[in-house]
Amino acid sequence: MNPVNAMNLQQQNISHNNFESCIKCTICTVYCPVTAVNPDYPGPKQAGPDGERYRLKRPYFYDEALKYCLNCKRCEVACPNNVKIGDIIQSARIKYAKGKPSLRDSLLSNTDFMGKMATTMAPVVNFSLGMKPVKLIMDKVLKIDRHRTFPHYASQRFETWFRKEAAGEQGNFKKHVSYFHGCYVNYNFPELGKDLVKVLNALGYGVRLLDEERCCGVAKIANRCVNEATRDAEINIRAIRKAVERGEDVLATSSTCCFTIRDEYPHVLNLDNKDIRSHVLLATRFIFSLLDEGKAKIAFRKDYKKRIAYHVPCHMEKLGWTICSASLMKMIPGVEFINLISHCCGIAGTYGFKKEYYDYSQEIGAPLFEDILKSGCDFVACDCETCKWQIEMSTGIDVLNPISILAEAIDVEETRRLNGVAQ
Amino acid sequence: MVCYCFIKESNQIAMKNIPHKEYDVIIIGGGATGAGTARDCAMRGLKTILIERLDFTAGATGRNHGLLHSGARYAHADPESAAECIEENMILRKIARHCVEETDGLFITLPEDTLDYQNAFVEDCRKCGIRAEVLDPKEAIRMEPAVNPDLIGVVKVPDGSVDPFRLTTANILAARLNGADIVTYHEIIGFEREGDRIVGVRIKSKHTGEESAVYGKVTINAAGIWGHHVAQLAGVKVSMYPAKGALLIFGHRINNMVINRCRKPADADILVPGDTICVVGTTSTRIPFSEIDKMDVTPSEVDLLLREGIKLSPALAYSRVLRAYAGVRPLVASDHDPSGRSISRGIVCLDHASRDGLEGFITITGGKLMTYRRMAEVATDLACKKLGVGKPCETAEIPLPGSEPNAKDEERKAHIIELSTEMKATEGRHGSWSGKIRASDESEEALICECEQVSVAEAEYAINKLHVDNLINLRRRTRLGMGTCQGELCACRGAGLLERHDKCTQRRLDDLASFINERWHGMYPVCWGETLCEVQFTSWLYQGVMGLDGNYDKKNEAL
Repeated sequence: MNPVNAMNLQQQNISHNNFESCIKCTICTVYCPVTAVNPDYPGPKQAGPDGERYRLKRPYFYDEALKYCLNCKRCEVACPNNVKIGDIIQSARIKYAKGKPSLRDSLLSNTDFMGKMATTMAPVVNFSLGMKPVKLIMDKVLKIDRHRTFPHYASQRFETWFRKEAAGEQGNFKKHVSYFHGCYVNYNFPELGKDLVKVLNALGYGVRLLDEERCCGVAKIANRCVNEATRDAEINIRAIRKAVERGEDVLATSSTCCFTIRDEYPHVLNLDNKDIRSHVLLATRFIFSLLDEGKAKIAFRKDYKKRIAYHVPCHMEKLGWTICSASLMKMIPGVEFINLISHCCGIAGTYGFKKEYYDYSQEIGAPLFEDILKSGCDFVACDCETCKWQIEMSTGIDVLNPISILAEAIDVEETRRLNGVAQ
Repeated sequence: MVCYCFIKESNQIAMKNIPHKEYDVIIIGGGATGAGTARDCAMRGLKTILIERLDFTAGATGRNHGLLHSGARYAHADPESAAECIEENMILRKIARHCVEETDGLFITLPEDTLDYQNAFVEDCRKCGIRAEVLDPKEAIRMEPAVNPDLIGVVKVPDGSVDPFRLTTANILAARLNGADIVTYHEIIGFEREGDRIVGVRIKSKHTGEESAVYGKVTINAAGIWGHHVAQLAGVKVSMYPAKGALLIFGHRINNMVINRCRKPADADILVPGDTICVVGTTSTRIPFSEIDKMDVTPSEVDLLLREGIKLSPALAYSRVLRAYAGVRPLVASDHDPSGRSISRGIVCLDHASRDGLEGFITITGGKLMTYRRMAEVATDLACKKLGVGKPCETAEIPLPGSEPNAKDEERKAHIIELSTEMKATEGRHGSWSGKIRASDESEEALICECEQVSVAEAEYAINKLHVDNLINLRRRTRLGMGTCQGELCACRGAGLLERHDKCTQRRLDDLASFINERWHGMYPVCWGETLCEVQFTSWLYQGVMGLDGNYDKKNEAL
C-alpha cells in the first residue's frame, strides 16, 4: 500500500462546520451575562455548539430557552477558537423558534416605521409616552415594562436638518465620507449627527448621506423578523456599495449599527458584504486612524475639564475598537479618563424593554451601575444608544457618545487651521 | 493495589446478584444475543442467570454501525439472511421503539459502479420481501442533501438505525423484570461436569479474583467471538474466526438517512446516522485471537474509510472525526475465505449433545445484531426442549421496557409546554421509562455530560438501576463521554458521582485515568484538526490541572 496520509483527505484539516471548532472549554459560559443571572438559560456553549448537534439530529430538540440570549456576542469575544457562538444561537432562534413574532416585537423592531410616525407629531408622542397611564397600558397590553422610558422623538429628523442646513457646504471639501446615521440619530437625537459633521468638517472631511438608508436591522434580527431585516439590509448594502465605489468610507456613530452591517449581515442573514465590509467603520475608529497615521491633526479647547467614565458596549467589544474611542478621549488634555470594567449593561436593544426580561436586564447591569455610581464621574461615555438609555435610567448619570465629547472639546478654528481647511 | 472497601463491595454485589446457586439456564455473554436470550428464557418461566465477563455490549454488540438492516445488502448473496433481517427489522420497530430510528436508507450507484447491479439488486430485494423503491437521483438529493450528488442511480429501502446499548439494556431490564439474575465482571474459568453433561460453570470475579460455582441444567454459550474460547473450556470445538471491522465516528449528523453503496459489499460502503453522530464503516481484516481484546485502528484503515466514505457523502471530507473503533465479527468458519465476506451471516445454533455428545450445553453464534432476537428464540427453543418446557416465545410481540405504549406519556407532554433539550434527550434514551428519572432538586438537574445532555439524575438512575460500576458502564447506559469532548468535561464529574456511591477515592481515580485513556485510544488514529486541539486540552486538564498520570492501577481498568 502507498504511504498513507488520512489527514490529506480532510484537505482543510479542519471542519467546515464552525460549531465543531468548539473544544468545550466553557469560557463563553463564564463570560455570558445571562447565564450569571438566569438559571433557565442553558448558556452559550450548550445553546450554541452543543445544542446545534441535537438540532441537526432533529429540529424537535430546539430549546425555547434560547430566547433569553441577549445577542451581546460576549461569548464570541471570549472564545479562543473563533466559534461564532452568538451567530449559531441567533440562527437557531430564527430557524426553529415556535410562533411568529408578537405585535409588540414587531412594533419594537420596526424602528423606521415608528420613528417616521413619531417624529411628525413628536410633542404629542413624547408627552403621551411619558404619561403614567400610557406606560401602564403598554405594560399590561403590550408587555413593555412600565419602568422603561422611551427615548424622546425629535421634531426635526437628522436627514431633514442635514439637507436644509449642512448638505450645501459639504461640497467644498476635497475628501468625503458617508454617514450611516442610524435610526436613533435620525428620529431621536440629531445632535449626535450634527456633532459628527462638526468634527469631520474641522478635520477636513465633507460628509454625505447614503442615497438611501434603512434601519440596520439589529432589532428585527433579535425579534426574528428576518424577511424585513433582509429587505432593509439589501437596500443598505446597495447604498453603501455606491458610496464605496465613490471612494468613500461609511461611518457610523452607533457601535451596534456598525457591527450589524459588518458581521450580522453575512453571518445571520447570509448576505454577501465582502466588498464593503472593510469600508464600514465606526466614526471614532476612522478619526483615530487619521490622527494616528498623521493624516489629520486635532486641537482641543484649553478650558475643557471633565472626569469621564467609559463604558464599552458589548458590540464595541466585538468590533475590537475600544482602543480607538478610549484613545481619542484620552487625547483631550482636560479629561480624567476612567475605563470601567467591561460588563454588559443588560438592555440589549429591545430585550430590556420586554416585561418578561426587565428583571434580568437590571440584574445583569447591576455591577456596572454600581461601578459608575462609585466612579464620581461627570458623565459616562459610551458608543451605543441603548446602553445610554439603560445607564441613564438606572443611574441618573448622563451618557454621551465619544463623538459628542470630541465635538464639545474640539477647538474648531485651530483644528481647521491645522488641517488647512478654509474658514 | 485493590482497596479493601472495593473488595467488600464487590463481594456484596456478587452475592446480591447471585442469590441462588441453581438455575434452569445459565447464559454466558452480555451482548445483545445473551441479553435477548436471558429475556426470552425468563419470559418462558425458566430460572435464568446471565453471566458477563466484563460489561454488557463490551464486544461486537457495542462495536458496529448500529444499522437497522433492511437486509437489502444481503439480498443477492444470502437471501436467507436478508429475509431474516427484514422480518426482525419490522419486529424491532414495534418492540424496541425507543432504540430504533426509522430513517430509511438509500443505495446509491456512482458513475464508477454499474446500473446493472442496481437492477439485479432491486429484483433480489423484492424476492426477499424488502420494499425497494427506485428513485430519481434529484428526488434522493432533496430527501438527503448530504448524499454524493454525482449519483446516477438510487434505491430507497427500509433501513434505519438502532442503538445497540439501549437495545441490550432494555433486554436486560426485561430479563430482570421476569425474574432473571444478572451478574457482570465475572469470567467463566471452567465447567462443572457430571459425566458427559455440563451442570454448571466456575466463575471468577474480575475485580476480586474470587472464584465460585453456579449450577444450571442448561448452559448457553452466547459469548460472541469469545464463545470460541468458552467452547474450548467445555471441551468442544467451535471454529470461529475473528474478522476485524473498523469504523469512524463523525462529530455530528451529516446525513439523516442511511447511505449505502449499491455494489457488491465492500469496505466503507455504509454511512449510518446514529444518535447525535454518524458512523462510516467498515473494513474487514482477519486477525489472530490474541488481538480480539485490544484492537487498534491502523492509519491505512482510517485512510480507506475516509477515502471510500467521501464517495458516500462528500461532507465527510470536511467534518470533524470524533474517533475510530473496531469490532470483531463472530463468524463461524465454514470455509477458508480469507476476507470473511462470502460467509453466511446466518444464525448458527449448535446442540452439543447431538453434535459432540456433550449434554446441557448450547452454543448460539453467527447472526448479527439485527437478528439477536431470533437467535435468542432459537437458543431458547432448544433449551426449552431440553427442559421439557412448552411455553411459546413471545419476544416478538411484547414491547421492551421503555418501548411500551404509555398513556401517561402523552398526558405529560400535553401539560409541559417547553421541554429542554436535556429532557428530550433523556426521553430519547430511556423511552417510556424516562419517567423513572426524577431530579429531586436543582443540583440533580445539572448536567454532567453537556455534549450528550446527561443530567445528574439520569446518571444516578443508571448507577442505581442499570448495573453501573465504572465510567465505561455509565457511558454505555447514558452516552456520557460519547459526545464531542470525549470525556473532557464529564469524566471527572462522573467519577465524582460514582465516588459518592462507593466512597473509594483511589478506585475512582484509577477508573478516571483508565476512562480517559480509553477515550484517547479511539481518538489517537484520527488525531488532527479539532480532535487534536480537544485532546491537547483534555491532557492539560487531566494531567496538568488535576495531576492525573498514566500509572494507574491496571487491575481497576475499566473495560
